Amino acid sequence: MSAVMITRKVRKWEKLPGKNTFCCDGRVMMARQKGIFYLTLFLIIGTCSLFFAFECPYLAVHLSPAIPVFAVLLFLFVIAMLLRTSFSDPGVLPRALPEEANFIEMEIEAANGNVPSGQRPPPRIRNVQINNQIVKLKYCYTCKIFRPPRASHCSICDNCVDRFDHHCPWVGNCVGKRNYRYFYLFTLTLSLLTIYIFAFNIVHVVMRSVDQGFLNTLKETPGTVLEVLVCFFTLWSMVGLTGFHTYLISLNQTTNEDIKGSWSGKNRGQNPYSHKNIIKNCCEVLCGPTYPSVLDRRGLMQEDSPAAANSEGPCSFDNPVAQTTKTTAPLIPNEHTPDDVKPSIAAEKSSGPKDDQPPAAKLPPLASPETDAETSIAKNQ
Amino acid sequence: MATEFHNLQELRHSASLANKVFIQRDYSEGTTCKFQTKFPSELESRVELTLFEETVKTLNNFYAEAEKIGGQSYLEGCLACATAYLIFLCMETRYEKVLKKIAKYIQEQNEKIYAPRGLLITDPIERGMRVIEISIYEDRGSSGSSSSSSSVSGSTAR
Repeated sequence: MSAVMITRKVRKWEKLPGKNTFCCDGRVMMARQKGIFYLTLFLIIGTCSLFFAFECPYLAVHLSPAIPVFAVLLFLFVIAMLLRTSFSDPGVLPRALPEEANFIEMEIEAANGNVPSGQRPPPRIRNVQINNQIVKLKYCYTCKIFRPPRASHCSICDNCVDRFDHHCPWVGNCVGKRNYRYFYLFTLTLSLLTIYIFAFNIVHVVMRSVDQGFLNTLKETPGTVLEVLVCFFTLWSMVGLTGFHTYLISLNQTTNEDIKGSWSGKNRGQNPYSHKNIIKNCCEVLCGPTYPSVLDRRGLMQEDSPAAANSEGPCSFDNPVAQTTKTTAPLIPNEHTPDDVKPSIAAEKSSGPKDDQPPAAKLPPLASPETDAETSIAKNQ
Repeated sequence: MATEFHNLQELRHSASLANKVFIQRDYSEGTTCKFQTKFPSELESRVELTLFEETVKTLNNFYAEAEKIGGQSYLEGCLACATAYLIFLCMETRYEKVLKKIAKYIQEQNEKIYAPRGLLITDPIERGMRVIEISIYEDRGSSGSSSSSSSVSGSTAR
């Protein structure tokens, strides 16, 4: 057998499971579908370029030069926040290595005891008491871990994300623990920028119309119409979104929890993560510590075997898999374990599946993913 | 009793991995990083309870320090926001500083306490901050493992 000496260093990002795209040798991490992100970028840069080209010269002369200066600063801040949200690791939890997965399986087996044949084993749930509230930790069949509280599995990125908020196609990434504050600042400053541009467009049109008449103004600065249109529609959605997230932050809730109704209804006021104080909640979310990424993307893989995979080729921008566009609603909140487990498990060693799907390749199936879905449906009802 | 190993190098070269124990997270106080101090039965014959508890408690204190929400974290947050977070390109965050301290502490503990007892602690950050992985080694010459759990076959498949 000929041993091929691989001299190229393989970085860990190349071997990470999940459907993420990595750029700049692992420094940038995004979701696979980036089309809408490019649209967002195009709309922001396009509208601001029109503003700087058409309105700013007039306003700088006739009103104040501070107007374009402030617009530039705001624009740069918006772009910085957008890129920071899109390119950073949202708080992805790495999948369990085989030993850890086995250890958890054995614990589950021990906890379940003897299940009579023909009966479904109980769903994999761990109960934890946090601040006098029982929180159920669900088992993720894809990542083979019990998800920490507030974590959720994103089916689009195929990763468990800590403090999962939602997957935002406009930003091209999940919003989670590590990038939530950048996302919030992005929505806030984009709302301000939209209001700013909209307002000064109106001012500019009014001022110029007084001199030259309305139609001449529009002829001279055709960009204005386009800007006003874009800003008008963007304004309502952005201000609404910012307001919604401000509300969530003041209650220390995530979009995922809000949509699932985890702490509403009869559970209202029992959110165990809330400090019961709006200021404290805001400070924790926006001014809390900056959590490090636990995915060591740029670390070097330890070459255990000479057959260290070169099958993926040089640093690729996209995986050579047909991209399925799944973009429906702008907010796509939560996990979806059952269907996602099937392909990933089928790809693993097949160990004679008697039941629906074997959750672990080495041990007999303890619970099928459907039981997990059933309990979540039963809970929601 | 466990064979004596003198240092980490010797541990890696002359011992074989027998088992791994995973110390889980303690979520009773919320989502802050904290590990359970429950002493696993597999380590009973290997290391003293007090040493183990001391290690885990110190790690918990380190993480609490890193995640503390107070004056310094507000200052860091506001300053960073004012510079559009560009300051993080040149400055290390407080959490990263504490992580370095933790790495140093774990190495120190491994060298002084755990390696001589045939154990090795893996930094939780390498396991997604989910578990503290403690590897139990056996001297290659000795037969059988002292722990009651089934042994892991072969090297870790990554």
